[in-house]
Amino acid sequence: MDMSQIKDTLGDAQAVDIDSAVSVRNVSKNYGEVEALRDLSLEFPRGQLTSLLGPSGCGKTTLLKIIAGLLDATSGEIEIDGKKITGPGDDRAFVFQDFALLPWANVMRNVSFGLELRGVAKSEREDIAQKYISNVGLTGFEKAFPHELSGGMRQRVGLARALSVDAQVLLLDEPFSAVDEQNRRKFQEDLLELVRNENKTFIFVTHSIEEAVYVSDQIAILLPRPSRVSEVIRPKEFRSTGVENIRRSKEYLDIVDQIWSSLRNYVE
Amino acid sequence: MTLFGYKLPGMSSLILWALIWELVGQSGWTFFIPPLSEVFVTLFNVIGTPAFSKAIYETAYAFLAGVFFAVVIGIPVGILIGKSRLLDELILPWVNIFLSAPLTALVPVLMVLFGFGMKSIIITTTLFAIWIIILNSRAGVKQINRSLVEMARSFGASPLDAFFKIYFWAALPEILGGVRIGVIRAVKGVIIGQLLISIVGFGALFELYSNNFMMSHFWAVLIVLFALAFTLSEFLAYLERRVSYYASSR
Repeated sequence: MDMSQIKDTLGDAQAVDIDSAVSVRNVSKNYGEVEALRDLSLEFPRGQLTSLLGPSGCGKTTLLKIIAGLLDATSGEIEIDGKKITGPGDDRAFVFQDFALLPWANVMRNVSFGLELRGVAKSEREDIAQKYISNVGLTGFEKAFPHELSGGMRQRVGLARALSVDAQVLLLDEPFSAVDEQNRRKFQEDLLELVRNENKTFIFVTHSIEEAVYVSDQIAILLPRPSRVSEVIRPKEFRSTGVENIRRSKEYLDIVDQIWSSLRNYVE
Repeated sequence: MTLFGYKLPGMSSLILWALIWELVGQSGWTFFIPPLSEVFVTLFNVIGTPAFSKAIYETAYAFLAGVFFAVVIGIPVGILIGKSRLLDELILPWVNIFLSAPLTALVPVLMVLFGFGMKSIIITTTLFAIWIIILNSRAGVKQINRSLVEMARSFGASPLDAFFKIYFWAALPEILGGVRIGVIRAVKGVIIGQLLISIVGFGALFELYSNNFMMSHFWAVLIVLFALAFTLSEFLAYLERRVSYYASSR
């Protein structure tokens, strides 16, 4: 089995026979002569959050967009629940780094836009959107336009839009990188809550080591030129402690250090 | 602008120019410039006449039809060439050629092709307006935020959905700018058409008045035409301002 070849540093036991929601099998991606991804394989356990972490240019966003169906792999395949994907689908929802909100539409229309594209009737989709608007704490801003909101609030709109289509896989492309530090911490805590409550599979791209370790059930370290998975780390202990204790746990600090020591050679 | 501490309303300078016009007219310096007051008197006399109603109807008909075709063809073509590299390579050179070409020189060709009637005038009007509309719609699509397109695709938008729900709205500020300039060019087009192709509408009035040295009539019709064009252009500028709140944050 492929998984056995991946060095599983901290959580050896779980690696075998996991229930995968998303499987990436031998995916390569070339841009002309340039190899962005080479023969990359990775399993994403159901109901958990997996981070793709690596230095810039390691192809983590490329991989995410291939999983989303926005880019075609040169070879290899992506399976979701054992079904090979051929393009974007109802089973996945994307959260964008730059939010990708419609600037001419208010919060309500933006949050319900995914449902609108899927042909859900107006009253029904607004009911659903309303629920997620209040879930992300934007009640009262339904009529506001994106340019009237702060960066953090805009990303809450993007998150609510992705949640409202009720896809089982959520793809997040550096969602908090354009958000200020304090909002980012709040987002990270909220994300942990979401993973616990929503029973969805999260794939999370980030370049922040601390962020990856803080929010992830599984961290895949990608190394560049061409990209491949160098290791998969599964934190064990601090996941069960409360959110306020994570950053103090010894395991958290050890993993952060360990990742940094393997990545530091790749940082120019 | 403020004058002696008073804030002047917009376009107060027109009052100054109107005064100068009146003085020059009253001085009898040249028959070409009758006093402005006389022009306005003529204007109110002319407006009710059947000849004027007929002229304004013929001109408005050709103008609106010409602008309609320019908008309905120009916007989709602009959006399409903005989206497709191939169409862009094929069509853009022609758009640039026609945008800068002296279209008046083409009018005789149009007369040969489409006859001496309303059809040729409408086509002339469209030809004056359409190129800048295509070019601006294209520019609007070119600057679209890629992640908006990806967002629509990731949520399963069909190409038609993407066209009407993303591309059109994202390009709207530029499109409206193009339509505004196109409308101003269409005014030129319709008058040139009416002067060169068949002497009807305002073109006929200009021809009639200037040939008979009826300068106050001539100026009266020109003022009406200017006022109409200005009102249209201001209305479109108002629409542009309505969407400018998102023009900077796309």
